Amino acid sequence: MKRKTDMSLDGSASVKINGERRHAASGTTLAELIADIGLDPLRVAVERNLEIVPRSTFGSVIVEDGDDYEIVHFVGGG
Amino acid sequence: MLTEDSWTVAGRSFTSRLIVGTGKYKSFEENAAAVAASGAEIVTVAVRRVNISDPNQPMLMDHIDPKKVTYLPNTAGCFTAEDAIRTLRLAREAGGWDLVKLEVLGEARTLYPNMRETLRATEVLAGEGFLPMVYCVDDPIAAKQLEEAGAVAIMPLGAPIGSGLGLQNRVTIRLIVEGASVPVLVDAGVGTASDAAVAMELGCDGVLMNTAIAEARDPVMMATAMKAAVEAGRLAYRAGRMAKRMYADPSSPLAGLI
Repeated sequence: MKRKTDMSLDGSASVKINGERRHAASGTTLAELIADIGLDPLRVAVERNLEIVPRSTFGSVIVEDGDDYEIVHFVGGG
Repeated sequence: MLTEDSWTVAGRSFTSRLIVGTGKYKSFEENAAAVAASGAEIVTVAVRRVNISDPNQPMLMDHIDPKKVTYLPNTAGCFTAEDAIRTLRLAREAGGWDLVKLEVLGEARTLYPNMRETLRATEVLAGEGFLPMVYCVDDPIAAKQLEEAGAVAIMPLGAPIGSGLGLQNRVTIRLIVEGASVPVLVDAGVGTASDAAVAMELGCDGVLMNTAIAEARDPVMMATAMKAAVEAGRLAYRAGRMAKRMYADPSSPLAGLI
């Protein structure tokens, strides 16, 4: 899944979150990424490169260049 | 006994037999008021991407507390087993519970379930420890197959989702009820209170509805009506209805007529 060509010159990670391109500083954890967006980690679920990331590991997962994230929550529905 | 009439799905007991959706409401406030009026202890919810550009938008959880009302994550909008399974894996991570509602749709026009995909998804989910309540066609054989695949509740449609046409085939719903050893809940097709009562009079364990309440002119009043209808239908079922006759039978004694 990693695409090294997306690597920025300063070494930051270029990632996709819900289809949108974002940049994260090198070494950023998933917990920090979620906090930077402004989300409550207790209210979302995260999929990284099509694999569920357990909430308990948000703090230890390092965001890598080329990662593709889906961040979802519950909304009204039938 | 009028009391002590709870129902149990996958080991969890509930008093209310009405499950309501949380879609199509004008506002979160109206939605929350309708849920309260309905007396529902379970609400269906959808799983969707967060808006990362505007993370401070009001959220469903701010208005309907998942600690007080059981959130039943639903796979509405999924047309393949894979999409539904992926959605529910995320839902389990977001909510931390494994009681879920599976629906795998076959086409947009009717929103009829794709039973082949539904059955496949049920097997996979049950194997992963999920407790799937499964939306399905009103087919007693398909219902048994779902049960064998691990469905913890059978949820046949009464009519197409959002149609409000009411139960189109009472016979098949009743056959499913008679054949099932897990709860049966009519899901989809209810339009007004009498439809919900009919489902309960057929012996269903519960009814799930969304549009009938959300699109009523007064959703909170309709939620109140649905609560009463489900309770009335359930009581009538338990009371055991009179036999039908072809001809009249007077209620007043014939003896002593002047």
